[in-house]
Amino acid sequence: MDLSGSQTRQTIITLGLLSGALILFTGAVGMIAAFHEREIVRDFITLGQLVLLITPFIFGYTAANRLGMTGEAPIVVLGGGIIIGLLTALPTTIMLLFNSDEFRFLLDWALRLAPFVLATAIAWRLYRQNVETLTVIGSWLLVAVLLGIVTFSLALIFEVKGELRSVLVNINRDWVEVVTFDHRKDLMRGIFIFSLASVAAGFLGSLCYYVPRTPRRALFYGLSVTLLVGAFGETVRLVLQENLERDTLNQLFRRDTLRGNAALGLLVVSTVIGYLWAAFGDRARQGFQNLGGQQRQTTGMIGTVLFVALLLMLPWLIGRTLSDVAVTIGLFVLMGLGLNIAIGLAGLLDLGYVTNYAVGAYILAVMTSIGPLGLMKGTFSFWMVIPIALLAAMFAGFIFAVPVLRMRGDYLAIATLGFGEIIGKLAISDWLKPLIGGAQGVQAIPKPIFLGTELKNPEQLYYIVLVACLITLFVSIRLNNSRTGRQWMAIREDEDVATAMGIDTARAKLLAFTLSAATGGVAGAIFAAKVGSVFPNSFTVFISINVLSLIIVGGIASNPGIVVGAVVLIGLPELLREFSDFRFLLYGALLIMMMINRPQGLIPTKIVTHEIRAGVKAKAAAGD
Amino acid sequence: MALLEVNDIHTYYGNIHALKGISFEVDSGEIIALIGANGAGKTTTLRTISGLMEPRDGAVRYDGEDISSTRADLLVSKGISMVPEGRGVFAKLTVEENLDMGAYTRRDKGIKDDLDRVFELFPRLEERKKQFAGTMSGGEQQMLAIARALMSSPRLLLLDEPSMGLAPVLVDGVFDTVQRIKNEGVTILLVEQNAHMALQIADRGYVLQSGEVALSDTAANLQQNETVQKTYLGID
Repeated sequence: MDLSGSQTRQTIITLGLLSGALILFTGAVGMIAAFHEREIVRDFITLGQLVLLITPFIFGYTAANRLGMTGEAPIVVLGGGIIIGLLTALPTTIMLLFNSDEFRFLLDWALRLAPFVLATAIAWRLYRQNVETLTVIGSWLLVAVLLGIVTFSLALIFEVKGELRSVLVNINRDWVEVVTFDHRKDLMRGIFIFSLASVAAGFLGSLCYYVPRTPRRALFYGLSVTLLVGAFGETVRLVLQENLERDTLNQLFRRDTLRGNAALGLLVVSTVIGYLWAAFGDRARQGFQNLGGQQRQTTGMIGTVLFVALLLMLPWLIGRTLSDVAVTIGLFVLMGLGLNIAIGLAGLLDLGYVTNYAVGAYILAVMTSIGPLGLMKGTFSFWMVIPIALLAAMFAGFIFAVPVLRMRGDYLAIATLGFGEIIGKLAISDWLKPLIGGAQGVQAIPKPIFLGTELKNPEQLYYIVLVACLITLFVSIRLNNSRTGRQWMAIREDEDVATAMGIDTARAKLLAFTLSAATGGVAGAIFAAKVGSVFPNSFTVFISINVLSLIIVGGIASNPGIVVGAVVLIGLPELLREFSDFRFLLYGALLIMMMINRPQGLIPTKIVTHEIRAGVKAKAAAGD
Repeated sequence: MALLEVNDIHTYYGNIHALKGISFEVDSGEIIALIGANGAGKTTTLRTISGLMEPRDGAVRYDGEDISSTRADLLVSKGISMVPEGRGVFAKLTVEENLDMGAYTRRDKGIKDDLDRVFELFPRLEERKKQFAGTMSGGEQQMLAIARALMSSPRLLLLDEPSMGLAPVLVDGVFDTVQRIKNEGVTILLVEQNAHMALQIADRGYVLQSGEVALSDTAANLQQNETVQKTYLGID
C-alpha cells in the first residue's frame, strides 16, 4: 500500500482520529450507553451500536471521496477505509484497557510518560525547522513542566479515587458492554470484535465510493429511511396508529421497535423507490421543464392544491401528539414571518421579539379569562380579542421602536435585547401583580368557540394557526415586492443612500417594527388560548433567539425558508425527545454543522445564494 | 436669482468645527466645482446642503426657500438629488430595482420615459438591467449611481467625488456624462479631488481650505491661477 503521499496520509489520519475521537466522546458523555437502550430493529441492532458502526462508515466514505477525487488508486482508497476503521477503534480501545483491572498500569505509565513524549515530539519538530537550540530546550522544558502538572494532577485524582470510572462517570459497565458487543467478561475478544466491526464499517464506507452513483444513492436512501424509522420508532408508531389497524401495527412494531421482517421490507421498498428516484428523478424534472407554459401552470396548480389538501388533512394523519407539535411550529412560523420584516427586509436586528408575544398572550389572557383576573369575565370571545391583541402588539412594537430609531446594527440589537428583558421583569413584578398576576400568572382562559363547538384539541386549534399562517404568508409575499418592501431593502443596504433616495428612514423603520410586531401578538394570543393559562416564565429571551435562529437556518428573507426553518428547529427538538438528555447536545451540534456547511440557510433567496458563491470565488481567487 | 445659495454655514461634527462659514452660489444651468484637499470640508458641505447634516449657523436657500433644517428625504421631492461618495449603489438589488429606488419619491406617469432617457444616456445599464448591482465594475456602478439620482428628475444634482476609485479611462467617460446631463438642463454641484478634470467641465469653481472658501473664480481663471496650479493641478 502506497501511503507515501503526505497529503493522503494526512487526510486518512485526520479523518480516522476525528472519527475515533467522536466515538470516544459520545461514549464518555454517556450517549452510547443511553442509545443502547433504544433498539432500532428488534434483536438486531440498537441505536448505540449504530453510532459505533455508522461513524467509521461515514468517515470511510468521506475519506474515499476525497482520496478518489485526487486520483488515488483503489488500493489506497480501500486501504484508507481500513485504516480509518482501525483509528476509529483506537481511542476507545485504549480507554477500555485503561478501564480494565489487568491493564490499569498502562494508564499510570501513560500519565507518567506523556509529558516527556509530547515535549520531545514538539522539540523535535522545532529542531527540524532549524529553531535555535536554546529555544528548543526551553520549549521542551516548558511543555514537559506544564503537561507534567496536568498529568500529575490527573494521576493523583485517579490514585485517590481508585479508578477511572469515578472520574469519567460514563466510562462504566454499561458502556463497556455496548462497546465490546456484549463481551465484557472476555475483554480481549470484545476489543477484537469491536475493532473488526469498525474496520469492516470503514472498509464498506470506502467501498461505497466505487458503487455507481444511482444504486449508491438508492442504497443510502433506503438505509437512511429504514434507520430513521427505526430510530424514531415512537413517533412513527404514533402516526401509524391513526391510520392502521391495531393488529397490522403489531406485526410491524413490537412496542416502539421495528420488527426484523418489517425493517427488511421497509429497506427493500425504500431502496427501490430511491432507485427509481435516482434513475428517473432527473428525467422527470427535465420533462417538467420542457412542458409548455400552460401545462406547467396546470401541473403547478395541481401541486399547490395537493399541498393545501395535505395541510388541511394533516391533523387526521398525524394524530394528537404531533398535531400539538404542529401548532407550536405554526406559532413560530407566524413569529418568524413577522420578525423577518424587521430582520430580513429592513435589516433591523431585533432581539426583543418576545415582547410582542408576551403582549399578545397577556392581552388575550386578561380580556377573556373567567378567573379572578379577567377584566371582562367572558363578555369578550377569543375572536374579538385577536384583533385587539394584534393592535396591542403593534402599539408595543411602535413604542419600543421610537427610542431606538437612531441606533444601528449591534447597538440596536443590544437595546432590543434590553426591551425583551424589561417585559419579562414587568410580567413577574409585584407592581403589575393585581393586573396580570405576577408569578402566578393568569389562569382560566377559555378555549375559542367556533360555530358552537369548543376548539379544545390541538387538532382543532391547528386550523386557527393554519389560517393565521396562510394570511401572514400571503401578506409577506405581497410585501416583498412592494414599494414598502423596497424601501426597507434600501435601508438594509445603506441607510444614508436610502435617505438620499428620498426615503423617510425613521418612518420606514417605525413601520417595520410595528408590522413585525403584529404577528407576534397573534401568536401570543393563540398560545395563551391553547395553554389556557399564561405565566411569565413562558416569555424568556429564548423565544426571541429561537425565532431569530429559525429565520437564519431557514434562509434569511426567504418565506418558504422560514416555514422550513420552523419545522426543523421547533419540530426537531420534539422528535429528538427519543434521545432524552442528549437532544440539546445533538440539536446544538446540528446547528453548528448547519452553519458551517450551509450558511445561506435551507431554502435561501437567490441573492444570498449568489453572495455566498461570490464570496467563495473571491476567496479562492485570493488564495491561489 | 441663484438656484442654490449657501450663506455663511457653520457645521460641526460634535465639537469639531468642520465648516467655518462657507458661502457660495449656484445659478440655474451651471456646473459648479468645489475643489480642495482631503479634509477641506467638501463632502461636509454637500452633506449639509442635502440635509444629511444640519448647519449650526447660516442658511442654505434653494429656489428662494430656506432648507437648512429640512430633512434629506423631503429635499429629494423638491428636486435636489445626491450621488453619495463611494457610489453607494444597493448591491443586492438589480440595476432596474436600483433605478426604481431612485424614482421612489415620484408617483407621476413620467417614470417610464425617464427610465428610457436614462438608458439612452447609459446604454450599458440597459444591457445589465437584470444584474445585481454589486456584481458590476466600479465604472458601471458609478454610472448606475448617477442614473439612479437622475431618476428622481432633479433640478440640482449633487455629485460627490464621481471619479474616486475609477481607472483614468473611465474618469473621462464620467465627466463626459456629467457634461451631457448639464446639457439636458440639470444644474450640477460637483465635489472633486481631481481638480484638473473638474475645472475642465465646470463653469465656475470654489477652492475650499480647512472649512473655508479660499478662492473663487471662473473655472478658466482658476486653471490659470498660480496657487491652484501648484497646489491642486500639480503644475510647477
